[in-house]
Amino acid sequence: MNIVVLIKQVPDTTDVKIDPRTGTLIREGVPSIINPDDKHALEEGLRIREKFGGTVTVLSMGPPQAEDALMEARAMGADTTVLVSDRAFAGSDTLATSYALARSVLTTGEWDIVLGGRQAIDGDTAQIGPQTAELLGVPQVTYCIEIEIAEDGRSVTAKRALEDGYEVIETKLPALFTVIKDINEPRYPSIRGIVNVCRDCDVQTWNAKDIGASKKMIGLDGSPTQVARTFAPEPKGEGLILEGPPEQTTKELVKHLREKNVVRVR
Amino acid sequence: MDFAPSKEQEMVRNAVRAFAEDVIGPSVAERDETEVYPSELVEQMADLDLFGLTTPLEYGGAGSDTVSYAIAIEELSRVDASVGVSLAVHNSVATYPILYHGDEEQKHKWLPQLSSGERIGAFCLSEAQAGSDAAGVETTGVKDGDEWIINGSKLWATNGGCAGMYIVIAVTDKSLKKGKGLSAFIVEREREGVSLGMKEKKLGIRSSDTYEIVYDEVRVPEENFLGAPGKGLAISLGTLDGGRIGIGAQAVGIAQAALEESVAYANEREQFGRPIGTLQPIQWKLADMATDVAASRLLVYQAANLKDKGVPFTKEAAIAKLFSSEAAIRVVHNGLQIHGGFGYTKDYPIERLYRDARVTTIYEGTSEVQRLVIARQIGL
Ligand SMILES: Cc1cc2nc3c(=O)[nH]c(=O)nc-3n(C[C@H](O)[C@H](O)[C@H](O)COP(=O)(O)OP(=O)(O)OC[C@H]3O[C@@H](n4cnc5c(N)ncnc54)[C@H](O)[C@@H]3O)c2cc1C
Ligand SMILES: Cc1cc2nc3c(=O)[nH]c(=O)nc-3n(C[C@H](O)[C@H](O)[C@H](O)COP(=O)(O)OP(=O)(O)OC[C@H]3O[C@@H](n4cnc5c(N)ncnc54)[C@H](O)[C@@H]3O)c2cc1C
Repeated sequence: MNIVVLIKQVPDTTDVKIDPRTGTLIREGVPSIINPDDKHALEEGLRIREKFGGTVTVLSMGPPQAEDALMEARAMGADTTVLVSDRAFAGSDTLATSYALARSVLTTGEWDIVLGGRQAIDGDTAQIGPQTAELLGVPQVTYCIEIEIAEDGRSVTAKRALEDGYEVIETKLPALFTVIKDINEPRYPSIRGIVNVCRDCDVQTWNAKDIGASKKMIGLDGSPTQVARTFAPEPKGEGLILEGPPEQTTKELVKHLREKNVVRVR
Repeated sequence: MDFAPSKEQEMVRNAVRAFAEDVIGPSVAERDETEVYPSELVEQMADLDLFGLTTPLEYGGAGSDTVSYAIAIEELSRVDASVGVSLAVHNSVATYPILYHGDEEQKHKWLPQLSSGERIGAFCLSEAQAGSDAAGVETTGVKDGDEWIINGSKLWATNGGCAGMYIVIAVTDKSLKKGKGLSAFIVEREREGVSLGMKEKKLGIRSSDTYEIVYDEVRVPEENFLGAPGKGLAISLGTLDGGRIGIGAQAVGIAQAALEESVAYANEREQFGRPIGTLQPIQWKLADMATDVAASRLLVYQAANLKDKGVPFTKEAAIAKLFSSEAAIRVVHNGLQIHGGFGYTKDYPIERLYRDARVTTIYEGTSEVQRLVIARQIGL
């Protein structure tokens, strides 16, 4: 079973602070991590390999420092990691990124299953998985909390968690799955894994040419999305707690609601 | 001079911190109460290679460096100082004697079992009459054909209850001067005549199991004899040099936790209409605590770094252990003070940290003994 996992390096938003003056994220000193959902995808890939044999190849598109995320992936047990990085990718929107990732998946050679996280905590679009599947021309199952591969290694039953219930999908491989946190508990990288990765650094990087990407499809040229403006939403005002006996607080509440034009009372 | 951690050291810190916070942390207060060693965590700790941190890859270890080891012990102790000392003892004073003094056969036999956590190790030097005066060991090892017979009683064995293997220091030649006739043995837990004595009821690090181990006519084969005859004391003292880096790291971890707890408390607790963290007496205490932690950490990493370079580090390890253990006690003392009456109760972790820190100036050589070692090293 040749398993490809897509991971993204993101700022650890549990640690993020907002600059009160400019309203933008303060990125300095914020540690970078593997996007949480993607770590679950990697864990699922490792478990599938443990059951069916084969290899886990981890792909990440990003700047050179995304290599850190790939090192962690290898310390967790990935066989091969590839950083997909090129100045020509700068300005890629989700479509151009999906295109580059789909080209990269094809460049790995024989592959049976592609796994990714549902969405990244910095962009929150959840578009990469579905778009990559479309570009690869394979079935996709998103929001997976269970991926059961049949003994013959060809068909898959996957359980999706939706807001109001579950959906169980059957499909054939090759296919692409995106996963959410409930699917598994990711392992910690072992110290031996860390030592091996750090002492035997085979950084594999693919550029646009290596993946046979068409110039028109990547970077700004390949990105139909135009970002007009980014801004931080106005912080919500403080809440108001009314205290006192109900007869009094009810009157006050109605007064506030009227003042704010939420209700009209004659 | 570059104080930046290597990639490997940084990754080790991240991995061990995440594991400690997620897996070890939730049950630390309960273990402090029940005094039970966390056997249920052994398998997961082994998956991370925490039992073979610096043991070379060829012997089944992770092959990491001593600075990474110190970082791992620090991060474990920041969350649970009992787990911290248990793994420090296992990785250093229980593993080093075999790693540095065993023959190839002994290394290939024992190190993989230790690294995988299949057997946890303990180090039995101290006795009722042999504490700071380590040469005062009375346990004996007598040759009988191609076996040795060990008799005696060892006190204070950290990991005593959970261990599957003990390094035992015993007198093998009574005719020599005190301290000259000691040798080291590897003794399996299942040998006939090995039994657990009293379990110590302790002030702190309560879930590290500290036992008296009794050796009653215990027969071990020649292949369990470790190192050269008469080198038992040298093996112990050399091993303890490395061990002290671990205790120093433990002290740093405890102090770091106390600092973090205290900063958070000072920001949150309001008296006289404002957070006590805005008061200068509190700020000064916290600033001193941060300074103590930073200095301790550098001293410990420095000693570890020298060990990695293969140059003498006896003095630096003693300095690091002395300073960081005494600093940890200052830090938890001030940390508890900042917590006021609440810090005196089990509602806040500072109460446990206060107790856990106390032992660091005692084991693997008291502060007084560290000063003796340093004095000798600087030419007195
Ligand atoms: C929780 C715990 C775990 C331990 N784990 C282990 C273990 O795994 N293996 C092991 O072998 N041992 C272990 N020990 C034993 C520990 O190493 C000894 O307690 C320590 O060496 C001190 O010996 P002692 O307790 O006999 O004190 P003593 O040696 O009796 O010392 C009492 C006091 O006198 C001072 N003193 C003694 N001699 C001098 C001197 N010459 N000059 C100045 N002051 C002096 C000491 O510093 C101390 O303050 C452990 C101890 C504890 C508490
Ligand atoms: C075992 C125990 C028994 C007790 N028994 C009684 C009892 O019988 N009756 C009773 O009424 N109370 C009792 N207390 C409460 C005790 O008096 C308080 O704990 C004590 O007054 C400190 O108050 P606090 O714990 O709220 O700490 P806080 O006042 O919150 O102080 C926290 C820290 O901030 C420092 N700090 C606070 N204000 C300032 C300032 N302005 N300048 C500089 N530093 C400041 C404090 O010195 C301390 O280090 C008891 C407490 C304990 C632990």
